[in-house]
Amino acid sequence: MLKKGNSLRQTNEINAGSMADIAFLLLIFFLVTTTIAEDKGILVKLPPWSEDEPDITKLNKRNVYSVLVNKGNELLVRGEPMSTKELRENTKEFIMNPLKREDLAEKPTKAIISLKNDRGTNYKTYLEVYNELKAAYREIWDAEGQKRHGKDYEFLTRDQKKNLRKDIPLIISEAEPTSFGE
Amino acid sequence: MSKFQKNKGKESPKVNTASLPDIIFMLLFFFMVTTVLRDSELKLDVNTPEATELTKLEKKSLVNYIYVGKPMAKYQATYGTKPQMQLGDKFASVADIPLFLEKHKIKVPEGQRPGITTSLRIDGDVTMGIIQDIKTELRKSGQLKLNYSASPRAE
Repeated sequence: MLKKGNSLRQTNEINAGSMADIAFLLLIFFLVTTTIAEDKGILVKLPPWSEDEPDITKLNKRNVYSVLVNKGNELLVRGEPMSTKELRENTKEFIMNPLKREDLAEKPTKAIISLKNDRGTNYKTYLEVYNELKAAYREIWDAEGQKRHGKDYEFLTRDQKKNLRKDIPLIISEAEPTSFGE
Repeated sequence: MSKFQKNKGKESPKVNTASLPDIIFMLLFFFMVTTVLRDSELKLDVNTPEATELTKLEKKSLVNYIYVGKPMAKYQATYGTKPQMQLGDKFASVADIPLFLEKHKIKVPEGQRPGITTSLRIDGDVTMGIIQDIKTELRKSGQLKLNYSASPRAE
């Protein structure tokens, strides 16, 4: 009885002052181990494996945009040397063919980009070329999206994107690389 | 003048710190939830090239990583200075890729398996030879979704 009265009078509190310290300790642990670094990159879909190489020589020559990268990281685009800076504009012209030239793609659906590199090519150069080719398509899609719906490609709805990609498909065919400079 | 000093001396106002643990706990839970524990230590020097056409990888559990680059200085005595491939936390050869992919695949629920992406984190100075071999092996194993990891570049 007496005890009960005692505990009622002075309520024993647990000292919670160190709680913050414990929480801080845990917090710092998670802060240190956390990797916020997000992964970004160029998404690519490889063709399924088959023993024989697709033969692009059968295609009409005007529809093939061949890009060769040698072991010295130099570009040869349709037989002409080119720098990576010009590649984007040149690709766009090839795909859309605004002047209806005889030697460029008949129409965007028939355009094929053929990319071939050497085993000695630097990955950096390869990725830069790939990036430029993708950028050319992205810019075309953006322009087309603006024309059709008044929006850039990434803001279109799924169906609109699908239709757009059907009319201007991105086809990059990668040939087995040469091995001059391993 | 004297008025103020008197006040200060008499009662020191205490800031109530009872809610401090709650705030800290909230931060703690945030970090606990967003954290992905580092499972593999990188043994290679990997400086990914820069690019502009980037896509963000959304689901980390659906991504497996292949690293290619020169071994770090402390591993160069055993593994040389030629570019090497790292799977998980070990050095590996191209022939180990199918098993590595399979090991990752069984951890993913069956419905999500078509979304598995392989992220290639490759140093910019590596030549394409080894990358071509990796790509061929990936194609043979039916892993066709690839991501060339790159850092953003201002246009």
